[in-house]
Amino acid sequence: MVHTYLESNNIISSLGLNSMDTLKGMLTGKSGITVCRDRGLSGKDFPVSLIDWEQVEGRSEDLVNPNEYTRFEKIALLSIQDALSRSHIDPAAPGTALILSTTKGNVELLGEPGGFGRDRLSLWRSADLIARYFGVTSRPLVISNACISGVVAMIMAQRMIRSGKFDQVVVLGADVVSRFIVSGFQSFLSLSDQPCRPFDELRDGLTLGEAAATVIISRRPGEVELTEGAITNDANHISGPSRTGEGLLLAIRQTLVGRKDVDLISAHGTATVYNDEMESIAISRAGLETVPVNSLKGYVGHTLGAAGIVESIVNLEAMKQDLLVPTKGYSSPGVSGNINVVEQTGQKQVDTMLKIASGFGGCNAAALFEKRV
Amino acid sequence: MKVIQHIRLEKGSVSINGKVDYTHSDHSVNAFAKSVYKHYGVDYPKFYKMSSLSKLGFLASELLLKDVDLSGTDPEHVSVIIANSSSSLHTDAIYQESIKTKPSPAVFVYTLPNILIGEICIRNGFKGEGIFFIQEEFDMEFILDYAMSQADAAQSAMSLAGWVDVDMDGNYLAEVHLLK
Repeated sequence: MVHTYLESNNIISSLGLNSMDTLKGMLTGKSGITVCRDRGLSGKDFPVSLIDWEQVEGRSEDLVNPNEYTRFEKIALLSIQDALSRSHIDPAAPGTALILSTTKGNVELLGEPGGFGRDRLSLWRSADLIARYFGVTSRPLVISNACISGVVAMIMAQRMIRSGKFDQVVVLGADVVSRFIVSGFQSFLSLSDQPCRPFDELRDGLTLGEAAATVIISRRPGEVELTEGAITNDANHISGPSRTGEGLLLAIRQTLVGRKDVDLISAHGTATVYNDEMESIAISRAGLETVPVNSLKGYVGHTLGAAGIVESIVNLEAMKQDLLVPTKGYSSPGVSGNINVVEQTGQKQVDTMLKIASGFGGCNAAALFEKRV
Repeated sequence: MKVIQHIRLEKGSVSINGKVDYTHSDHSVNAFAKSVYKHYGVDYPKFYKMSSLSKLGFLASELLLKDVDLSGTDPEHVSVIIANSSSSLHTDAIYQESIKTKPSPAVFVYTLPNILIGEICIRNGFKGEGIFFIQEEFDMEFILDYAMSQADAAQSAMSLAGWVDVDMDGNYLAEVHLLK
């Protein structure tokens, strides 16, 4: 069996332009969620987690021909560039693949084309531009599976390496906040008026966020191995999760393959009433009631196609230091499944981490990461 | 795993295993989808609420599965793998228009292409793996190749795999294969 390891990573979020800034921010209790008064995004004020675009523009000056790229493409390029600079990988080497995980890519160009052609709305076009920029010679893959896209993309990368066709895969998750997305979640009444409160009894909706995150997965042995993963469907409802957590439970069981315990669960924890309730039931039914669980949405919001990758990176980097990242926004239990929500930064030996995610379309995914010496 | 049969819907016609089985004079995506729904006696009222992309993919799955006995197949081991070029852009453009007046949650939900996979899973009770890829061009060989290797990785016993695309101008093509 071919083993797959995590080589290097990057996160561009409201907490900074690299993974360590995002992790440090979270460990010191900082949240990137602020009240947005931009009427271009919404007719009323709302809490949201936005990237510091001035800082991105400054950093973009290092890119070749930065003006040829949209802001979505810019954070994608900067994220990969930073992750590559921390690895020994040559993206132009044969055996390298690129996977882009996104829900809406450049969709904001539908409202404001900003001088870019209609072709730029196509997600494959974004992936193509990014792959060309770094000289990746294989055809890039785009995964668009709603909020589980990031976890699916990592599972895909693992399979591509296991197939023997690739040695290393650059996995990028990215989405930016646009009026399109904000109005959609508002129409669903999914957004909270306050920064989101995952698993809390007072939770009443999610907070949107934007991010780009890169993880390079390769067969070269490293500190953390991606060992298993599974993708399932609830077959229940297109916009609501299963009440019994059946689909997520199935994904967890398939991922743990007989293993009874893990040291940490990185939950989806969107802070909508139904998602968190469903996740708690699935975790509890899987017999993982005592395992520490966190949700990071209270720091950087729900970053859609980037979420699964952002949350995996933060928890894996914390795990290397045997640290637990608490669940910002959580104070009293508000779910019926018996779960152990991480409330405070703490020291704990964490050797295994289970990442879970669920999304519209009834989709669920789980992936297992294990520390290697 | 091998291909059992395949369905193709394009330009007002339905082909089953490469043979034209039905044609409709109105080629526009929604009129054609409705006529296919009626012609084949599909009975699933939720169909009318679906986006054009979901309608097209849903119909392809219905025609593929109408004579298939699913009783011996474990729904946890049925996968649905769909690729296209335009993602949900056809619906995205409709939703973008609605923002100016009243954004509609019923339209917004279909601005995620994988909702089509959810629709097929709900209809048939499939609980296995669902993956939506976006690619530049229709490449059935790639999709089938992927479906075969996916079946090994995820232990799928049956797979619906294919291409379902509706572009911003309403041009469409669906070709979905049933693998067992």
